[in-house]
Amino acid sequence: MMKRDEALRALARRITPRDIVLSAYSTAFDWFEIAPRALNYFANGAMGLGSSHALGLALGHPDRRVILLDGDGSLLMNLGTLVTIGAAAPKNLVHFVARNGVYEANGSHPLPQKDVDFTGLAQAAGYAHCAEFRTLSAFDAGLDGLLAQSGPVFCTLHWEKGALSPVFDYRKLDDPKLRADFRAALRP
Amino acid sequence: MDAATTTRPEVTLTGAKILAAIKDAGVKFILAVPDIVTSKGLLFPIAADKDLKLVRVCKEDECVGIAAGLTYSDTRALILIQYTGFLDSLNAIRAVAVEYKQPICMMVGLLGHEPERQPKESGRYGVRIIEPICDAMGIEHHLVSEDADVAKIKPAIDKAYTQSSPVAMLIGRRPS
Amino acid sequence: MMKRHECFAALNRHIGDAVVVAAYSSALEWNDLFPRALNFFANGAMGLGSSHALGLALGHPDRRVVVLDGDGSLLMNLGSLVTIAAAAPKNLVHFVCDNECYEANGGHPIPNPKVDFSGLARSAGYRHVHDFSDIRSFEQQVGHVLSQEGPVFGTLHIEKARPLVYKYNDLYKTSRRVALKAALQKGA
Repeated sequence: MMKRDEALRALARRITPRDIVLSAYSTAFDWFEIAPRALNYFANGAMGLGSSHALGLALGHPDRRVILLDGDGSLLMNLGTLVTIGAAAPKNLVHFVARNGVYEANGSHPLPQKDVDFTGLAQAAGYAHCAEFRTLSAFDAGLDGLLAQSGPVFCTLHWEKGALSPVFDYRKLDDPKLRADFRAALRP
Repeated sequence: MDAATTTRPEVTLTGAKILAAIKDAGVKFILAVPDIVTSKGLLFPIAADKDLKLVRVCKEDECVGIAAGLTYSDTRALILIQYTGFLDSLNAIRAVAVEYKQPICMMVGLLGHEPERQPKESGRYGVRIIEPICDAMGIEHHLVSEDADVAKIKPAIDKAYTQSSPVAMLIGRRPS
Repeated sequence: MMKRHECFAALNRHIGDAVVVAAYSSALEWNDLFPRALNFFANGAMGLGSSHALGLALGHPDRRVVVLDGDGSLLMNLGSLVTIAAAAPKNLVHFVCDNECYEANGGHPIPNPKVDFSGLARSAGYRHVHDFSDIRSFEQQVGHVLSQEGPVFGTLHIEKARPLVYKYNDLYKTSRRVALKAALQKGA
């Protein structure tokens, strides 16, 4: 299993200033440290809603790449999103799901079902391209090819917490100034 | 004809007029879960309308998130759902629309509501609680039950976007 | 494509004393054809049929519970596939009547009409998964499907063939729930 912060650094190397990146919970705190950017979006509001925000952003900005770093627990709360996104079929959306098997932000209780095949779910729901990575070397080797695919793209990442120890201070992420900066950064 | 038998003029709510008001307000995206109240008068025409982009959604709370994402572009969106889906989405509305102060516009069909009554006096429990819930959450709401009410739609949507706040337009009768 | 009432007739020949949970058009048609004390229709909110079925199955592990779910309904509670797979009730058989539209709400298409429900159930972790488009095949296999160790999933690709009257008050009345409880306690 790869380490979260190492995987995020690999991704950060491929992100361009025009890309929109959404994340939530533990991933968000790591990403906040690793890749602070104006076009980072954290304001999902309710658990599970990240993918819906991502769809709205992708539809509103077809000229930009929208990269979503979803959580397994979050996605399970809004599983219908896979079919909604499969139907809307935005070519510019890349949907990562981080599998660590637990609700890390909620006490690390296990998910209802640890053997869920998220990639299979996305395929059945109608995503254009699906992939899965368990090791950092495979992820690093496959990431460029993945990001070049026409979306919606889905990718399951098996990772565990790495060197960073996020402190769950949500006030940091809910800050209206972040949303205002995000909006300003979107102006062409 | 004596005074006791004067007939009331028939009250209508015209789907085409609602649609015109929605477009007049600059809405481009409709985020919808089918609702039998507005199915014939609104959703079918919307699906066929080349000026509007319909996003069919599995569950109503997704609409709240999608609409929020769309607020970061120049396009306006309208959520089209039934009151049951509105209730189901309250947590998403609470966080995304109210606490984040975003222009989330919702058109909500009041299934089973008797159009001559006020929603708070409806025989349907779920309809009775909609306006008090909106009031408790501080969400502006408007009742659209007849053609004269259609004039409320464009100003309501414009205000939502100008002030960056949510609004609910409650459809109290099946539009034609 | 199969005719829904023919599927139901085939199912009924093997239903025995199973509890049948059904939603919307499936509920109206099943009730019309096979009124039974062991039918359950009071799902309350759209999509909640599968959740009620799980509760019924967990509460009566000695009794088979068969769900006649709607495609639109299931999409509203897609996470229930994972919840059910995790709870792994051996006595649950979950059919989805897939006609690619919201039949009871005006006939609008579901977000992705070609969504692979069987693929979703398989990825979620159901023990046995089936897909039926041909009535002869379903008639031959339904007895076997009902006897498998659950949770079992089956997609029934159906079309409406008989007119239905969309009146739900009778289906949802309290006396039905009372009768079901009595039938279950009696061990009917």
